[in-house]
Amino acid sequence: MFAEIKGKIEAGERLSRDDALYLFQSDRIHEIGELADKVSRRVNGDRVYFILNRHINPTNICVNRCRFCAFSRSKGDRDAYEMTIDDILEDVRKAKQELGRLSEVHIVSGLHPDWNFDYYLEILSSIKSEFPEIGIKAFTAVEIDYFSRKSGLSEEEVMLRLKEAGLDIMPGGGAEIFESSVRNQICPEKISGERWLKIAKTAHTLGIKTNATMLYGHVESYEDRVDHLFRLRELQDQTGGFLAFIPLSYQPENTDIKVPYPSGIDDLKTIAISRLVLDNIPHIKAYWIMLGEKLAQLALLFGADCLEGTVIEERIAHSAGARSKRGMGISEIVHLVRETGKIPVERDSFYNSLRIYG
Amino acid sequence: MANTLRLEKEYALKMIQEIHLHELGKEADQIRRRLHPEEVVTFVVDRNINYTNVCINRCKFCAFWRPKEDPEAYVITYDELSQKIEETIAKGGTQILLQGGVHPELGLDFYVEMLRFIKKNFKIHVHGFSPPEITFLSRKEGLSVREILIRLKEAGLDTIPGGGAEILSDRVRIRQSPNKIKSDEWLSVMREAHLLGMKTSATMMFGSIDSDEDIIEHLDKLRSLQDETAGFTAFIPWSFQPWNTELKRENPEIEPAGAVKYLKVLALSRIYLNNFPNIQVSWVTQGIKIAQVGLRFGANDFGSTMLEENVVRAAGVSYRVTMDEIISAIKSAGFKPAQRDTYYNVLKYFE
Repeated sequence: MFAEIKGKIEAGERLSRDDALYLFQSDRIHEIGELADKVSRRVNGDRVYFILNRHINPTNICVNRCRFCAFSRSKGDRDAYEMTIDDILEDVRKAKQELGRLSEVHIVSGLHPDWNFDYYLEILSSIKSEFPEIGIKAFTAVEIDYFSRKSGLSEEEVMLRLKEAGLDIMPGGGAEIFESSVRNQICPEKISGERWLKIAKTAHTLGIKTNATMLYGHVESYEDRVDHLFRLRELQDQTGGFLAFIPLSYQPENTDIKVPYPSGIDDLKTIAISRLVLDNIPHIKAYWIMLGEKLAQLALLFGADCLEGTVIEERIAHSAGARSKRGMGISEIVHLVRETGKIPVERDSFYNSLRIYG
Repeated sequence: MANTLRLEKEYALKMIQEIHLHELGKEADQIRRRLHPEEVVTFVVDRNINYTNVCINRCKFCAFWRPKEDPEAYVITYDELSQKIEETIAKGGTQILLQGGVHPELGLDFYVEMLRFIKKNFKIHVHGFSPPEITFLSRKEGLSVREILIRLKEAGLDTIPGGGAEILSDRVRIRQSPNKIKSDEWLSVMREAHLLGMKTSATMMFGSIDSDEDIIEHLDKLRSLQDETAGFTAFIPWSFQPWNTELKRENPEIEPAGAVKYLKVLALSRIYLNNFPNIQVSWVTQGIKIAQVGLRFGANDFGSTMLEENVVRAAGVSYRVTMDEIISAIKSAGFKPAQRDTYYNVLKYFE
């Protein structure tokens, strides 16, 4: 079976669901990694992309209380917080000052019960007016759905207005695992997998590129992971709107789902199989925040061609016990990439190369 | 167990520089599987006890040592020692890793009394000191290394850990640890210990100012000595942790070795050291996830639970885990966890 899968990959043929499941169940980590690396080089050459970005989470107050989340708080909690527009702009200014230049802000947030849609529009337009050169990647499908329900606008209208206000692309969060019984266990209040995919599709139709994620290593089975990857591949066949896929390794601390961290071997295998299955999504991102810097580096030889950027201050995964740093410097990223023998490429939000560290 | 096929030095260099990580991993994994077909990964329950942080060696890669007159300088009291050993035993520990500092004023009597005190009061294996401490005692007391080892052994020293090896290449040692014993001295302490029937381990610290040639030189020296004595139980490579060290201040261009380099070195170690029964991962320097991956790059041992660790922590690394986490990490990596003693005998399986 492995030889057959290898043959398919080498011939550029698509893997079936059974192939993908076989790979997840296999312990041939080196061979799987080798194949994924080959595919990654076929798609992206020896390049490894990263971006100078800053994460901003305007509030941790959230009406959804997903069981895997250690970040969210209820209104009135002692450690609940809300950022003003000035707070947000100040963070962007500081980030730009610290790094010398900034290419993207990444904004995701809790679903705040009181904030109205105009406030989110104002966040985007304020950033865009002070920093027209910075790309804004903002709001997951979960937030779009919430804005739509709160404002009474259709999801198309919500995304169009966000786009007008300055939104460039959308992140891929909130996908978790699409399969409904898993979702009922881990995030019963969150929108369904079908709804997530529908919103992504709408975004793509409106010309907004998005990413996609998968949160793995909690209660899901390998079949659920395969199903997740295939639903993404099917949608991508229709729209071509996904830029990058980001597997997210579960962080169990301070959450209601007590399981061990996924093993480093499982993390690498998941990255590699993602690369092999998602033949139509250009980039696979190693999210060093959850993997740790060391494993993220290794992922670059197991199918990933993109490293999460400088970030500066990560809050969500660190609430759940992420042992990585909160941010990384440019020289650190460049060194990590170079040790793999690949070439670090600084990119913009749309994966245009800005600077090649030859 | 020795594999008759031996890697030549020249080919080893080619392997680490030119052969793809996956190829190296595959080969090391196969060798590990052949030597340890039962798919068991062992660990020891122990505590590091650093009896002093005063050290005359003042290695530039070390952030732990203090000068004698420093307010943070200490020598452990017997009360503290007893308390630490009691806690270790209470947690199921079978050994203590007892190491300095090479304190200029502590002579053989101090060591002998400390060992006797431990052995009189506790039933615990003492994995203690390292070649720099033993060589220092030999010079201070005007006795041969062999004589010092005999006296320590009689007083209760069971085995010797492989620390202080760093890189067994004097070119590098002169620059990063000029006061520390040279390669031959390190090897000859281990040789004497093995000849007295004491087992030891061997370590390697790479990723500072060493080259790939130095790494292979190191492996080659260990393999040769093991041919002579068969006294090494295990090999443990780990990477230089640059934070808070003089070596980093003097050489700001040094970046910490990444996981890719670590796994290449680990795999090459398994391939090259065909007469070493065990290769250990270093979760303290690499973190649990890379340690798990290391089990597929040649390693078969998870090291120790380290109920207390001070030296690496001083250099800015903060990976800390419990025994349950180690057991769970071994299982989720696909292996059967087992607690072992210092001689790598299995004491207990965890299903």
